[in-house]
Amino acid sequence: MSAISATAVQQQGVSLQGVSKWYGNVVAVNDITMSLGPGVTGLLGPNGAGKTTVLHMMAGFLAPSRGEVLVGGAPAWRNPSVYSGLGLVSEREAVHGFLTGWEFVLASAKLHRLADPAAAARRAIDLVEMAEAQHRRLDTYSKGMRQRIRVATALVHYPSVLLLDEPFNGMDPRQRMHMMDLLHEMGAQGRTVLFSSHILEEVEQVSGTVQVIVAGRLAASGDYRTIRRLMTHRPHVFTIRSSDDRGLAVALMRESTVAGVELDATGGLTVRAGDYGTFTRALPKVALSERIRVQRLLPTDESLESVFSYLVGAS
Amino acid sequence: MTAGLFNMTIARITARALFGRRRFLLLLPLPALLVGLAVLADSLGARPADWVDPVIVGLGLGVVLPVVALVVGTGVLGSEMDDGTLAHILAKPLPRREIIFSKLVVAVLVTAVTVGVPLYAVGVLAGSSRLGVGLVVGATLGSVAYSALFVALSLLTRRPVLLGLIYVLVWEGLLTNLLTSTRVLSIQQYVLAVADRVAKSDLLTGNVSLAVSLAMAFIFAAGATLLAIDRLRSFSVVGETS
Repeated sequence: MSAISATAVQQQGVSLQGVSKWYGNVVAVNDITMSLGPGVTGLLGPNGAGKTTVLHMMAGFLAPSRGEVLVGGAPAWRNPSVYSGLGLVSEREAVHGFLTGWEFVLASAKLHRLADPAAAARRAIDLVEMAEAQHRRLDTYSKGMRQRIRVATALVHYPSVLLLDEPFNGMDPRQRMHMMDLLHEMGAQGRTVLFSSHILEEVEQVSGTVQVIVAGRLAASGDYRTIRRLMTHRPHVFTIRSSDDRGLAVALMRESTVAGVELDATGGLTVRAGDYGTFTRALPKVALSERIRVQRLLPTDESLESVFSYLVGAS
Repeated sequence: MTAGLFNMTIARITARALFGRRRFLLLLPLPALLVGLAVLADSLGARPADWVDPVIVGLGLGVVLPVVALVVGTGVLGSEMDDGTLAHILAKPLPRREIIFSKLVVAVLVTAVTVGVPLYAVGVLAGSSRLGVGLVVGATLGSVAYSALFVALSLLTRRPVLLGLIYVLVWEGLLTNLLTSTRVLSIQQYVLAVADRVAKSDLLTGNVSLAVSLAMAFIFAAGATLLAIDRLRSFSVVGETS
């Protein structure tokens, strides 16, 4: 076991070198290389893409089948000393329901052998705004409260690296906003914060840097705006039913955002548009001026999976 | 890193989780049955020589002690693995031996008290407090060996209770009675040998020598503990879908 210092974790962050993880014949993570430095990074990908597996390998809870996972320059696997500079908030929200929030965070502080566990616990609880409910048992907490108190236990030792798996799940908008502020603050302090999400908008609001994982592979990586542009500039497909399909088709072809229109054999038309927002704003105007009633507008192929697979093809 | 061995925080949470589980209530009828049968036999006027072997040795040492140790031993670690709460303790910079050792101490204490008290009572009822003390000493030794074994089993298999029951009922209960050569690999026999030596009573007859019993109990306990520590170092969180 190689002991590492908290400062080493802060300087060297987390790095993955050619990391793969497979279970029998199933490849969960495929040859991922990435390094995370100070600031907030979003780990984006559809469900089942391997985000949790990546996070668990970073947290030393899974051995990579191949490659190297380093936290602060030391391997995460079979090395409990990494936890002195690392905090993990897993998606599975298992807690001992009989503990109060205070007892739970205090126990965490004690297990980290902090010099003043009570002060550290108080600070962490204040940080997640749970002081009011801290003396209630965990099994009386709502999902969002449980999430926050679990974040407090992961923060109690002020880790240089904070990993969160789907931290916004089950939170109401206010709690979500507060959590986002908290992550921002941690990132601004020079800590390495990585959170996973399958929701694009969550990543947009929190992080500037994104790592996109699709089907176990790193599909895209870098600045959020670049990736967002890639995503918005892909063609969107809509099916429309109207009172005059042919007339609408002619009118729509004049719109610059529309790349193609096709009349369907069963009635209705399929439109390919370059930009989602421009098209959905243009359609009502066109229909109004042509006095055509749009009966149905369906965006097809808007599933997150298709967005991601488009990204894979584009990168 | 300060290398402690026993961690009070872990022990306290482990104990609270153990007593809070409904499964723990399953343990109470067994000691009650043991005392009840002994009282019944005694009140019916049976001679201790007639009922000590089936009730104290057969039921007390052969079933109550290992089954209580099994429920407790798999409860201190296995249950936390099942429900995922173990992750909170694992994500701390603690040597894994400290986690195993702390949980083992809880398991041994709870088992020794749960089984030792009724065994002492029936020992006094059957003969003397000396017999009671002998049974308590034997049961304590058994608690250590069984707990270490069952804690290790929770890390080695996903079905520790089933495998533990097979060890207790088939190996110790059946095979050891049929094939006397397997006695040297039975914790129950070490318990009996130690209880016999301390009690110095004709009512108990050990089959394995005291030296072998103590040595083998130590090997069981130490080997299982080391194995558990190593397995915990490589503990993998079960694959989730996302």
